Amino acid sequence: MATAQDISVLDSAARAAQAVEDAADIHGERMVLNMGPSHPATHGVLRIVLELDGEVITKADPDVGYLHRGDEKIAENMTYTQFIPYTDRLDYLAPLANNVAYALAVEKLMGIDKQLPPRCQFIRVICCELARVSAHLLGLGAFAMDVGALTVFLFTFTEREKIYNLIEALTGARFTTTYTRIGGLARDLPRGWVEQCRKFLNEVVLNFDESEKLLTRNRIFVDRTKDIGVIPKEVAIDYGLTGPNLRGSGVEYDLRKAHPCLVYERLQFDIPVGSVGDCYDRYLVRMEEMRQSVRILHQCLDQLPGGPDNKAGEPINVPDGKTVLPEKEKVLTGMEELIHQFILVTQGVNAPSGEIYFSAENPKGELGFYIHSKGGGTPHRLKIRAPSFVNLSILPWLLPNNMMSDVVAILGSLDFVMGECDR
Amino acid sequence: MTSGEIAIQLKSKFGELLSEPVEFRGEYTLKLADAERIAEVCALAKKELGFDFLVDITSIDNYGEDPRWTVVYHLYGYGHHLSVRIKTDVSEEKSELPTVTSVWRTADWHEREIYDMMGIRFSGHPDLRRILMWEGYPYYPLRKDFPLAGKPTDLPGVAFTKVTPLEGGPFVTLPSSGDAIAREPRVRTPEDAEPAISDKRLVGGKLQ
Repeated sequence: MATAQDISVLDSAARAAQAVEDAADIHGERMVLNMGPSHPATHGVLRIVLELDGEVITKADPDVGYLHRGDEKIAENMTYTQFIPYTDRLDYLAPLANNVAYALAVEKLMGIDKQLPPRCQFIRVICCELARVSAHLLGLGAFAMDVGALTVFLFTFTEREKIYNLIEALTGARFTTTYTRIGGLARDLPRGWVEQCRKFLNEVVLNFDESEKLLTRNRIFVDRTKDIGVIPKEVAIDYGLTGPNLRGSGVEYDLRKAHPCLVYERLQFDIPVGSVGDCYDRYLVRMEEMRQSVRILHQCLDQLPGGPDNKAGEPINVPDGKTVLPEKEKVLTGMEELIHQFILVTQGVNAPSGEIYFSAENPKGELGFYIHSKGGGTPHRLKIRAPSFVNLSILPWLLPNNMMSDVVAILGSLDFVMGECDR
Repeated sequence: MTSGEIAIQLKSKFGELLSEPVEFRGEYTLKLADAERIAEVCALAKKELGFDFLVDITSIDNYGEDPRWTVVYHLYGYGHHLSVRIKTDVSEEKSELPTVTSVWRTADWHEREIYDMMGIRFSGHPDLRRILMWEGYPYYPLRKDFPLAGKPTDLPGVAFTKVTPLEGGPFVTLPSSGDAIAREPRVRTPEDAEPAISDKRLVGGKLQ
């Protein structure tokens, strides 16, 4: 039995009209949009020239260098110790971590990195982890704010302020810390600092919980970050991504575990990794990293050689008068110390000729220093391998085919800092 | 396996082209004799020896020596957690070597930075432009013969057009056609500055 069926077939005129409409959609007029260098979501002075087809990005060309100060050139023209303040201004959200990484690089060149006293190593780890918590708090707060959750920003900044108070008590400055010296530290922990730090650690975990409650299962936040800006593992490695951005893509690699410096080998902590590599994974990785940092900090404060106020008089500097400035009292009374002080201040430490590369796991990723020395107190070439610079180089690959409004989510999740990128 | 062993393996694949690995502070450096073959060496290191992560590329200016440039590659493998450094010399006349962007895409920005700062070109690079300095900047600032204080250029950079109110006073330097140190407040052209310098030159800390 035959049945009647209605089939709608467009006539040729209607088909042509349809084709023109489709083609117009595909080949719409491209618009070039200039984002930055002064845009709140670019976290500094990043400029991106975006080519848009409607709301979809077809091409992205990042323009960096607005904050270029020639740090590498400057380093060639001063002693190793004089360059320490410049490292504050690389990743200016984690100056303590930069100080430590730079000092360790020069110490590796001089071959004294294994002689660092244990108390110095513990204090340096404390510095690195405080810097990590502080940098991630800012990164998360700004990321959440960029996708519309302003409250988190206020929460994280409250805690960050407490870290800066601790850092001020420790170094005398809130941002420009210049805390490390070649072969040691500028000064020991002030009295009562360990207790203040413990109090802060107990408070900050409550804040992590609050921030997480506001974000992790927040429908808007999840919708704006999940499956957005996906970086597969192979691409992340190919583009040289490091730090939380690499681990967010599922590569379990952390320099603190793979090549532990200082006392990281003796500390218990886990490396969080993501599974998909989207903005949401990078957020989760940073959140968990902060908790792990708190775990490390607790262990360091408990195991600190010499106790909180160093009643035992544990040294914090390498016992070598030709590397570390002698005590002022001895300089004023002893001839040998006076000579050492004079040579150190005028000529700097006497580094051997050779070349080294040292990298540390900083909040933004692998911060590396390549030092090519011809001997003496000044490097012949000092190259800074800035994680933010390398992490940003993925943008021309990552941004196309995303919506315009997702750019802020992707930039926020990459968590870069231009002071380091532009050097 | 250790870094030393993998460096010897890499050397054995290329024979005389790569030098014996040199150890310093636990790091191994190989010197490549012919810069033209850097991409080939890197491709093999990635494919057969698992160096999947290009940490960094940098350049050194051996000013006054020949060859003038040294380009340094830091390789790392996530599979074996070992690293090796490959160095190669490039002469000043040539100032060019092949790109490794086809091996690791991260090389793109590193090579642009070297081109920008040192003026070494990478043949085959998809997009060799300046990256930190602006397009059209005439110098290569990381060269040893480029002064630390910088050089004046015709390009934008005019911060002030008039003489500052406290000129000659404390903390205010004089306008001149010299370098960035001598030139603050800046002037539009060196000619504008000439009378100002001859009139007021600081001698022995005093205005004459």
